[in-house]
Amino acid sequence: MSMLFGKLGWESIPLNEPIPIIASGVVALAILGLLGWVWRAGHFPYLWREWITSVDHKRIGVMYCLLAAVMLLRGFSDAILMRSQQAIAYGNPGYLPPDHYDQVFSAHGTIMIFFVAMPFMIGLMNFAVPLQLGIRDVAFPTLNSVSFWLTASGALLINISLLVGEFAKTGWVVYPPLSELRFSPGVGVDYYLWAIQISGAGTLLTGVNFVTTILKIRAAGMGYSRMPMFCWTALATNLLIVAAFPILTATLGMLTLDRYLGFHFFTNELGGNAMMFVNMFWAWGHPEVYILILPAFGIFSEVASTFSGKPLFGYRSMIIATMAICLLSFIVWLHHFFTMGAGADVNGFFGVTTMIIAVPTGVKVFNWLFTIYGGRVRFATPMLWAIGFMVTFVIGGMTGVLLAVPPADFLLHNSLFLVAHFHNVIIGGVLFGAFAGLTYWWPKAFGFTLDETWGKRAFWLWISGFYVAFMPLYILGLMGMTRRLSHYDVPGWQPWLIAAAVGVVLIAGGIACQIVMITVSIRRRHDLRDAGGDPWDGRTLEWITTSPPPPYNFAVLPDVTGQEAYWGVKAAARDDQKLSALPDYAAIAMPRNTPTGVVSAFFASLMGFALIWHIWWLVLLGFVGAWATFVLFAWRDDDAYEVAADDLAAHDRDRRAGKAALLGLDDGVPA
Amino acid sequence: MSEAPKDNGDLAPGEDDSADPRALWRGVRGYVVGLVLAGLLTIASFSAVHSGLIYGPAIPVALIALAVAQMGVHLVFFLHITTGPDDANNMLALAFGVLIVALVLVGSLLIMANLNHQMMPPDMMRQMQR
Repeated sequence: MSMLFGKLGWESIPLNEPIPIIASGVVALAILGLLGWVWRAGHFPYLWREWITSVDHKRIGVMYCLLAAVMLLRGFSDAILMRSQQAIAYGNPGYLPPDHYDQVFSAHGTIMIFFVAMPFMIGLMNFAVPLQLGIRDVAFPTLNSVSFWLTASGALLINISLLVGEFAKTGWVVYPPLSELRFSPGVGVDYYLWAIQISGAGTLLTGVNFVTTILKIRAAGMGYSRMPMFCWTALATNLLIVAAFPILTATLGMLTLDRYLGFHFFTNELGGNAMMFVNMFWAWGHPEVYILILPAFGIFSEVASTFSGKPLFGYRSMIIATMAICLLSFIVWLHHFFTMGAGADVNGFFGVTTMIIAVPTGVKVFNWLFTIYGGRVRFATPMLWAIGFMVTFVIGGMTGVLLAVPPADFLLHNSLFLVAHFHNVIIGGVLFGAFAGLTYWWPKAFGFTLDETWGKRAFWLWISGFYVAFMPLYILGLMGMTRRLSHYDVPGWQPWLIAAAVGVVLIAGGIACQIVMITVSIRRRHDLRDAGGDPWDGRTLEWITTSPPPPYNFAVLPDVTGQEAYWGVKAAARDDQKLSALPDYAAIAMPRNTPTGVVSAFFASLMGFALIWHIWWLVLLGFVGAWATFVLFAWRDDDAYEVAADDLAAHDRDRRAGKAALLGLDDGVPA
Repeated sequence: MSEAPKDNGDLAPGEDDSADPRALWRGVRGYVVGLVLAGLLTIASFSAVHSGLIYGPAIPVALIALAVAQMGVHLVFFLHITTGPDDANNMLALAFGVLIVALVLVGSLLIMANLNHQMMPPDMMRQMQR
């Protein structure tokens, strides 16, 4: 091991394995091509000033969603590898060596949970929550930028593992003793640990930021019982982040000590106990699934209410259900390891608590159904995702309750039945929610709606692809096929696995339609222009401002007088046949953009990479760099710029003209 | 958020009271008291183990009690969780945190103790391995 490069050497690059080399070569070429084009076209200063260093919650939200979309492509290509491997690997080893196959399924799980589902949900919360609360930004805008770039830094480390070294071969849950140094001597688990620790720090900061924002900063009159449902679910999610992520950090920290400094927390010998890792991992892991699904529940609540033209049914019961899930999610974690050897009484207790969680979730499903019932439903793309979610999620929820019965779990655990179950709730719940939110808020973010034809094609391909891909896995699980098999010798399994591979082809078609949808919409942006800032006849405050909103969101902060704040304003304007009186405009201060986030994340990436490869001087450099960036930021003199009252008035005049046109009113402003 | 007059010396986090000349002294006094208390509790923990004043088997319990006191000092003097009128959110957050910590601790102890209890006796396991 050299001082300069640690464990890193030319042999770290897997030149003898064509798949990762070609894949990372293509990705590297694409990235270099994109960067070259950006540089040559002279867009780089704009990107740096307006996006990379931005502390605007809307832009950070958009960047989170973009990161999630890119990583979705990466995680989905892993899925294609696995499904095609299993479709052909009956009685032969298939085309992926087991060594590589193990990395593929570990990377797929890690990426989909930490770098697709999490950033997608956090991105949508970033974008919509401050707008819905009627405020100008989150509580700590620069911290928000730091959070995003730390997440991106974790994603970068995982992608580097494709070319330099290897990824974990342990599955995304990295259970010891397999993940201990003795059985996983390579750098794969270290890539996992540092990528998750760095992005986890970012996620924790997001949690702190949003809890503070929602509890402390809301528009005047926006009491807790007037907050839009999405803000409530965001509050619950961020409370869970703040409570649960430290458990993950501590657990992975102990595994790191085992691997780096010879500790024995989870080893087989010297008093270590691997079961403690499993226990603590899921004490984080179960709240984590609610961290993912609760914002999706919020999106579906907004979508169901908007596209049914009705207030959300059972608003208060929805809040109670959300907060009940928030608490209950912390007393069910043992159901992830029923078979680890606990007695019937302990298993029974956690089985029952798990079934109890289905009650508040059921309340929510009925509330959505009653919201739609009797409404004037418009079947726009977001509503299709919402209805597809309700059907799919209920099936996934029922197989979940089945798995919550310990004796049934003894038969089904570790089988493809389980794999089908959690894809059923994560794709049908979280991902459909993300897509619903994407189409719902896209016009607000960019000023034009997404093409409906391609959006609907994407929806139908995705949902049919989902059923074709995952229903066979339920059957395979009942037939006894365990998860993570690279090849098998049971002839009865192959037809079902081929069917599942066909499902993946359909899903690929869905993803292609989404790419076409975005391309077509950008080209047709002038036809699809959202001039009034309210394309769906919305009910919450994000629709009161222009599309896209100005950096300060609202020229004058709204004064909330009831639930569904914007709907009330619209109703009043319709009744009076005129817009509300012109407010007084006063200059406001907005936070300046700062490179603190991207620079500290750059140093954090260096530190992570150096820790993985034991390059100790670079660890020190990365740590000091990240720390110094924070110190410099803390000593800044000039942290805000002023928006003049005249600019606010001018912008608001345009906004009011748009609203007046939308409602067919005279805008009451002399031209 | 209402701006209540600040005469009782408590502040929401991030609130700026630098205009008040007494504020600096009040802040420094709070941190010094906290530091001294934290230091005393740390010394007490070490001396509990080394001095032999405490009955041996009771040392872990004493350490737990001292650790809880240490957490209390940190919360009050460094994190400013007080019972002031603006601190309802802080108290709720603390209550939530305590609840979660209690759930995870009690749950983990219950689960791990049960696992140990269910474990096959070593000689029986050796017999089965033959």
